[in-house]
Amino acid sequence: MENVVLKTENLSIGYMTSKSENCIASGINITLKKGELTALIGANGVGKSTLLRTLTQIQPPLSGAISLSGKPLQNFKPIELAQELSLVLTEKLPPSNLTVYELIALGRQPYTNWIGKLSATDKNKIDHAIALTQLENLLQKRHYEISDGQLQIALIARALAQDTELIILDEPTTHLDLKHKVSLFRLLKKLAASMQKCVLFSTHDIELALQLSDELIVMNGQKIIQGAARELISNGIFDTIFNDENVSFDAQKGKFIFRNL
Amino acid sequence: MQRQLKYSTLYLLLILMVVFLFLLDISLGTVSIPLADIISSLTGSSASKNTWEYIIVNYRLPKAITAILVGSGLSISGLLMQTLFRNPLAGPYVLGLSSGSSLGVALVILGAGFLPMMWSDFLVSSFGIIVASCLGSSLVLLSILLISQRLRDTTVILVAGLMFGSFTNAFVSVLTYFSTAEQLQKFTFWSLGNLGNLSWSAILILTIAVLIGLLLSIFSIKNLDTLLLGENYARSLGMNFKRARLLIILATSILAGSITAFAGPIAFVGLAVPHMAKLIFQTSNHAVLFWSTLLLGASMMLLCDVISQVPGGDITLPINAVTSMIGAPMVVWLLLRKKKMMG
Repeated sequence: MENVVLKTENLSIGYMTSKSENCIASGINITLKKGELTALIGANGVGKSTLLRTLTQIQPPLSGAISLSGKPLQNFKPIELAQELSLVLTEKLPPSNLTVYELIALGRQPYTNWIGKLSATDKNKIDHAIALTQLENLLQKRHYEISDGQLQIALIARALAQDTELIILDEPTTHLDLKHKVSLFRLLKKLAASMQKCVLFSTHDIELALQLSDELIVMNGQKIIQGAARELISNGIFDTIFNDENVSFDAQKGKFIFRNL
Repeated sequence: MQRQLKYSTLYLLLILMVVFLFLLDISLGTVSIPLADIISSLTGSSASKNTWEYIIVNYRLPKAITAILVGSGLSISGLLMQTLFRNPLAGPYVLGLSSGSSLGVALVILGAGFLPMMWSDFLVSSFGIIVASCLGSSLVLLSILLISQRLRDTTVILVAGLMFGSFTNAFVSVLTYFSTAEQLQKFTFWSLGNLGNLSWSAILILTIAVLIGLLLSIFSIKNLDTLLLGENYARSLGMNFKRARLLIILATSILAGSITAFAGPIAFVGLAVPHMAKLIFQTSNHAVLFWSTLLLGASMMLLCDVISQVPGGDITLPINAVTSMIGAPMVVWLLLRKKKMMG
């Protein structure tokens, strides 16, 4: 039990408007453990982002409980949450002159004083994050001068500098080519395995996720199932993800097959 | 370390520029006064002519100090708004804050006649004008903020700012239509912008207001840096977004409101100066941008005041005309060379 970082019980997610409740998924019971890389997969519009937004306290759950490090999520103050949970989002950064180093250093904001001065500890954590992500050569570049893949890595380095137990990434591999996708997945795997971080990411690269993650959370309409790749494959869950007779899953090869192309 | 040295050199140059322009501004005017007499009046000893000393101490010195307060205050408020709205074109004038102030001031100057004597006396006092002006600017800022929460598109926010400007201007026109010639003259002079005409006690009030605004801005520096990542990242870094935003709005309204109350609506300084600072210092670090914007704003306003006196001529241009003539082409130039770094 000690290794459990995040746990949900009977969680329902969705949007609350003044008139009605729009429930996207309910009965969600997932557990994220230390040192494990977990992928969140599902078709577009199934509610992956809503789930991530709920887990990160950006929006409130409709019902059910979320606990982070054994404490109910809603009891965290923003500054405390920022020391337990870091985020990598899909949204673009607003225009600015930020350098890669400054971008990574912003990860220390939850720890710095009122004016944001970096202490020796802060600088050590930043250097450590840079070393792990091998960004040494890009530090003085502006954030808009580097490629999408490099920017994604820099944002991950920022999350590492934030020094949290749990890192949640929303579709970190979108817009990346295959080579960069693989190296990003490797980095995530390394963070989980050697840094003992708990990493959750959503992705559409199901085949890669199957090969690299320790566990997967599959969102499939109203059902949400968590398990290791092998279990889920033998359950036949992947045949149902897209709900389309022309897409089927080859359990032997771990690949999707498209018919009638 | 190399960067530190570069910043120190630039700061030093800017400080020298402020000092130089300050002295130049004081030495210029319709009456020519020798430099030696200017320095002796400033340092407290008497000048060779009593009238010279009087002109310097009661007219030129207050005006130069006002220029510094106005320039640095408006520029800082522009810097805060550009980061808060994630919009390089945000500024107190563009977003209609100055128009909001105009409306507040118009209401007290032009509308005071409708009130009992005791009230109107209080309202038209400099304190009443400041309060009305700050209320007007913060009201516009709050409305724009409400709109910006519904519409994520930053261009739309600018259009909304323009609309607020037009709306308040129309309202002011209606007020002027019903006011007396004397009231109208007073308001028109105010709206042309004026750095002079401030008594020492008015300068004291303005200084206190600007200092409070600047202090609140200093407390916002860390949050402004975090906001460079956007609202969601800022929240994920533990920032209390609502409180941070309130602090920034408060600082901006106090700065833009109090300055507009005393010096009239001054265009473009708040928009252009932060960009100059970003261009010269090549950074987005708000601790650096704060001081550089402050110094550049002061120099810019002193320079505009120097130009408004048309060195060599014996006429004086309205300060608002000068800032617009310099500022507007500069903004167009910024738009033309707009790159991703503009932020």
